[in-house]
Amino acid sequence: MVANQRMLNCEEVWCEISNYIDGDVDATLQASMDEHFGKCKRCASVLAGTRNVVQLYGDERMLEVPAGFSRRLEKRLAKNAVKGSGWSSWSAWLVPVAAVALFTGALALMDQFTFKNPAKSILAEPGHDIPPDMLVVVSDGSKVFHVAGCPFIHDKATERTITAKQAMQDGYVPCSRCLRQYLKTGLIRQYDDDDASAEADDEPEEVLSTAGH
Amino acid sequence: MSEAKMSLNNPGQAGGTREQDLILSVQRGQHELFYELVRPYERRVYAAALAILRNEHDAEDAAQEAMLKAFANIRQFRAEARFSTWLIQITVNEALMRRRRERTVPMEGIDDRRDTEENDYSPRDFADWREIPSEALERKEVRQRLAEALATLDRKYREVFMLRDMEHLNIQETAEALGITVASVKTRLLRARLMLRDLLAAGWEQGWFSRLPFEKGTKPW
Repeated sequence: MVANQRMLNCEEVWCEISNYIDGDVDATLQASMDEHFGKCKRCASVLAGTRNVVQLYGDERMLEVPAGFSRRLEKRLAKNAVKGSGWSSWSAWLVPVAAVALFTGALALMDQFTFKNPAKSILAEPGHDIPPDMLVVVSDGSKVFHVAGCPFIHDKATERTITAKQAMQDGYVPCSRCLRQYLKTGLIRQYDDDDASAEADDEPEEVLSTAGH
Repeated sequence: MSEAKMSLNNPGQAGGTREQDLILSVQRGQHELFYELVRPYERRVYAAALAILRNEHDAEDAAQEAMLKAFANIRQFRAEARFSTWLIQITVNEALMRRRRERTVPMEGIDDRRDTEENDYSPRDFADWREIPSEALERKEVRQRLAEALATLDRKYREVFMLRDMEHLNIQETAEALGITVASVKTRLLRARLMLRDLLAAGWEQGWFSRLPFEKGTKPW
């Protein structure tokens, strides 16, 4: 007899029978229930049947899966998980790297078409062998520097005279008309070949001649 | 319970070291080993989803999705938890989320509204009892009858019973998985067990287990 043990009626036993099976009752209650089960055939039957329920349903064989479940699961894991596995390991950094590469490639491509294409860049050629102390004219209207008197100076109201070195340091490029001799020969030749007629129309030779270059 | 039975019910216990090795391997990038890791639990994962969704197709889809989520989060798994419990909890969450989203599961039964957990459930059958041997489960008919009896329980009892007695979560884990109190788990579990006992005793009356080797006139429950 455990201390504080008391007689239990059937209803009290039923309320605790689940905890009793799980071993989740204290020693006093367990002793009281043990005594009751020894005397009460009905409660002993309830206990035995409930235990059997727990035992049967707890058997793995009760957990049936549909036919083909394992195969479908394996297939889906192989398709999604293993394929996606790259994401959690190496492609976690591969994606940003790829993005940077793509961006760099796009810049290079843009550079190729925007800045290296002679047809578009000829007016922005930096020029060669321009005497640094040569006085040239710049204005706020464009980033091209000219010799004094060039008819292609934009925004004459703001024109000012500086050295060619200063002009180039300030980001100006030589005028393809009045400073033609300082541009790349090949490009000029191509430019001349392509636009010879247009040149003749909008660029009077005598003006350049009179400009002294 | 025999060692073999323990192993059957808790596959992770039998090969704990092997399981730990597999977990570490998958966490370190050997993703092709993941299926080997979860294969021992696929029945339990499916059953957990079925207990909540009650539809085989939905349960299978939820089970697969839970496995994928487990894979995606495998690096967060810590060894102090049981892998099986972690997996089952992911499955229960997935199934509960689907049930809330799709609302395809039948509403609560009449008994759910009538029965409050404060009311006691009393056993109805007190006949002499004889144990059904676990070998009976080899018979598909017996398994079918047990499954049918389980399916008649109201949702709140069935879910607790399945997670506790079929998935072998402990009381606390069951409460956490379902978002209910420990006291509610205990109350629902008691009722579920007693109701199943009565249901199966009634099945005995109807001849469900007539081919089992019981003594004449002796009920299994």
